[in-house]
Amino acid sequence: MKKLRTAVQLIFTIVTNGYMYGFLQGKIYRGSLKYACVPGLNCYSCPGAVASCPLGALQALLNRQGFQVPFAALGFFFLFGSLFGRFVCGWLCPFGLVQDLLHRIPLFRKRKRLPFHHVLKYGKYVVLVCLVVVGSSFLFGGFAKVPAFCKYLCPSGTLLGALPLLGANEALRGQAGGLFFWKLGLLVFLLLLSVKVYRPFCQYLCPLGAIYGWFNRFSLVQVHWEEERCIFCRACQRACPVDLSPREISRSPECIRCGKCAEVCPEKCIHFRKKQSA
Amino acid sequence: MAFWKNCRRHGWLAGLLTGALFLGIGAASGDLAVIWRKAVMICMECIGIG
Repeated sequence: MKKLRTAVQLIFTIVTNGYMYGFLQGKIYRGSLKYACVPGLNCYSCPGAVASCPLGALQALLNRQGFQVPFAALGFFFLFGSLFGRFVCGWLCPFGLVQDLLHRIPLFRKRKRLPFHHVLKYGKYVVLVCLVVVGSSFLFGGFAKVPAFCKYLCPSGTLLGALPLLGANEALRGQAGGLFFWKLGLLVFLLLLSVKVYRPFCQYLCPLGAIYGWFNRFSLVQVHWEEERCIFCRACQRACPVDLSPREISRSPECIRCGKCAEVCPEKCIHFRKKQSA
Repeated sequence: MAFWKNCRRHGWLAGLLTGALFLGIGAASGDLAVIWRKAVMICMECIGIG
């Protein structure tokens, strides 16, 4: 399951960021595929990105004059969320892949969670409300509203967008200032933290995870626990990278559907299952 | 209890239809064009310049 998941993550990242000409020339793809969004956190200013970022799309719609309901962005969230829930986080998100790979580096004693996890896990909802919704609706940079999450926090934008573009485009490089170095510092901090703590950005800061987590309880892709067959050995909880009990797995907004619980269960009472219609 | 169980069973379908409806409304009101216009310009804020 682990190898399959890594392969899917790699393939999806390569396919959704496959515009190689952009990397070589320091430009971005401008074709019609960018009318659509990929499910994961994938900056559309990445030179290789062939589609839009759903969070970027939401903020672009909120940046419009006046307040208009961002129907298209909500449509993408409902579509991906209803089908996959946080399966997107575990299998399709490029920045999730980066954190997964860093966590495999055999340095430091690994932790599943930060201290005060029970409070910090709500940080992603604070980011969603304060930066994404309120910030993008009301914050101005000059005469125009700004995509506040993208501007002040998004590490995927720095890693996949800023670094490749500034590396290949000398004109842009000359314009990098304090904001770039703030975002670079934040990125480096999160990447280093990922080596010790499992997916810190996903657990504590990602507003997209906050949105998809809400869909976990009724998404089509589910992890199902057969309580009557369980021997309560807790092998699943020990294997779970976010330390969920079997009762929490199917409904918790923290579950990223990585499948490690299903892999280790001796009784095979945890497994992926499509939601069955009556 | 059975009512809520059925809601959970079919919730994904309701969500999918809601998503399709919202996408349709968004497409009709020009949301997709806004998304495209933003996505095909280098986002200066995203790369830490703007």
